[in-house]
Amino acid sequence: MEKFSTHTGIGVPLRQSNVDTDQIIPAVYLKRITRTGFEDALFAAWRKDPAFILNQAPFNAGSVLVAGPDFGTGSSREHAVWALKDYGFKTVLSSRFADIFRGNSGKQGLLAAELAQDDIELIWKVLENAPGTEVTVDLVSKTVMCGNIVAPFEIDDYTRWRLLEGLDDIGLTLQHEEDITTYEATRPAFKPKTLPARLS
Amino acid sequence: MAKTLAEKVWDAHVVRKGDGEGANAQPDLLYIDLHLVHEVTSPQAFEGLRLAGRKLRRPDLTIATEDHNTPTLDIDKPIADLTSRTQIQTLRNNCAEFGVRLHSLGDAEQGIVHVVGPQLGLTQPGMTVVCGDSHTSTHGAFGALAMGIGTSEVEHVMATQTLSLKPFKTMAINVEGTLRPGVSAKDIILAVIAKIGTGGGQGYVLEYRGSAIRALSMEARMTICNMSIEAGARAGLVAPDQTTYDYMHGRPHAPQGAEWDAAVEYWNTLRTEDDATFDVEVDLDADTLEPFVTWGTNPGQGVSLSSKVPSPEDFGDENAKAAAERALQYMGLEAGTPMKEIRVDTVFLGSCTNSRMEDLRAAADVIRGRTKDPNIRMLVVPGSARVRLEAEAEGLDKVFKEFGAEWRFAGCSMCLGMNPDQLEVGERCASTSNRNFEGRQGKGGRTHLVSPVVAAATAVRGTLSSPSDLESAAVRTSAA
Repeated sequence: MEKFSTHTGIGVPLRQSNVDTDQIIPAVYLKRITRTGFEDALFAAWRKDPAFILNQAPFNAGSVLVAGPDFGTGSSREHAVWALKDYGFKTVLSSRFADIFRGNSGKQGLLAAELAQDDIELIWKVLENAPGTEVTVDLVSKTVMCGNIVAPFEIDDYTRWRLLEGLDDIGLTLQHEEDITTYEATRPAFKPKTLPARLS
Repeated sequence: MAKTLAEKVWDAHVVRKGDGEGANAQPDLLYIDLHLVHEVTSPQAFEGLRLAGRKLRRPDLTIATEDHNTPTLDIDKPIADLTSRTQIQTLRNNCAEFGVRLHSLGDAEQGIVHVVGPQLGLTQPGMTVVCGDSHTSTHGAFGALAMGIGTSEVEHVMATQTLSLKPFKTMAINVEGTLRPGVSAKDIILAVIAKIGTGGGQGYVLEYRGSAIRALSMEARMTICNMSIEAGARAGLVAPDQTTYDYMHGRPHAPQGAEWDAAVEYWNTLRTEDDATFDVEVDLDADTLEPFVTWGTNPGQGVSLSSKVPSPEDFGDENAKAAAERALQYMGLEAGTPMKEIRVDTVFLGSCTNSRMEDLRAAADVIRGRTKDPNIRMLVVPGSARVRLEAEAEGLDKVFKEFGAEWRFAGCSMCLGMNPDQLEVGERCASTSNRNFEGRQGKGGRTHLVSPVVAAATAVRGTLSSPSDLESAAVRTSAA
């Protein structure tokens, strides 16, 4: 995973709550078996509307998405994170993220930064009044800067550390493989196994 | 300290406690008892293992089935959509390469992953269950800690049989009283979501408790736990009891003999202690609950079937108001319209929420001897090939076919419209599934989430209806 410390890019105000993962990437795009190449799928239904924000310059070159509360609700599809990254987004700001989406982001190096809704509203105004304004998201100081606004954001310390260091989760866990083996020896015999298959 | 059920299951699976305390604590490493796999969220995870030269640690705790992207017609022919066919073939190749048991299209145990696990007896109390699908919460009905994960986590579980997780907060959903006829588990969970909102459960594990929950069958409890994610909670559970044990006993992978006794002894310890405290408690009155239906584009936008489409002005919060305005426009609805006057085009009976035997029986009981509204298209998609076989043995397929419904093969189908089962632009659907998001069931499609009996009654009348709106059985056609 690439390290993330700070990012500056054009902010995209998405004034909408409950942006669910079916909106971020509709199910028909989930048939692919690759992990990349989903940029065309991002907000596919909404992008058919010429008035949609990503169809307008300079927002189409944005890399900081500023969304309403409850971003990423619904399905566990990590494709939602892949699509945002493939389009060019490095970070999403919202006052509340769905748990699974937030987890998926952390695994993929997309920063999901939780801000107070009041700060989101202030940033929306700046971005709407001066399209193309850049937003800086500093993971070291956990701060967002946009115009004259300086706002703190929340992210759990473990995810922050992994993002800053660019660490692979599986590699970290496998450092504790002995603990896993020890635990496995204590599992009760009545716990089910899928193999050999028993059929009705 | 006295523990809740969720905390007990959690603690029993800690491989390694995270360093640190409180907000600064690192995640715990939790052991995973069962990993369910399907074709959509696994190919990139298998590929990750291959690229890193890693093995799948426990094939004997892993099981795969084909469900999301499979056709529900002509399953004996090659899948017409080439991309879909490739995805299914990729799962087959991966399972063969990594030694994972797979139930493919055409197999009697194939079906929606959350129907298959319990049906085989693989889902048991006190387990940790994960799957690359958010409706994994379904398995919580057995008192298991079950949650949906993304593809990176799928790969992590494949490689390590563990997950790094931060402890959840706990929320009790207390449902006391007795459900009235025509009111079901689906109505309970839709009412819970409307009450706490789509974000209300974020960061929590929900425990459904109270006399109304105790009175429910296992299949009904699965319906409730299934939609925990729609309230924002990654997991929801019900303490196991005699109902749970009766359901499990004799299933292929249930413990047998002395192991059954040992298991039951352990399962009996799986309940929230009397003096344990939840971080939040929510109460719902089962006595007064009515059939529930959604009017908007998120599962929290629901009302009683007997009420009217709300107005954006009814919402104090600016974001909720804007969301309501947008939802009404998308749904093509006007505020103040009685819900029961809304005419629908399609009825979908299926999905991991409502596609089990009891769901099919309940719907069949409503339509038996009645006539379908001629303008309604009705799809019945059993949750698994096994459910389909059982239903046919009871003659339910005939009831649906005589009524004019389409009797399909098992899969996720129109719940998410990955396969050809989709709504057209502007088409309105009464659906027993779990998500009414914009375009979820097909681009431009409009979804109202309902229970199986409301779906069935709607197919009779053509407008959103409950069974109590139908004329009495005495005036049914003679077909009965």
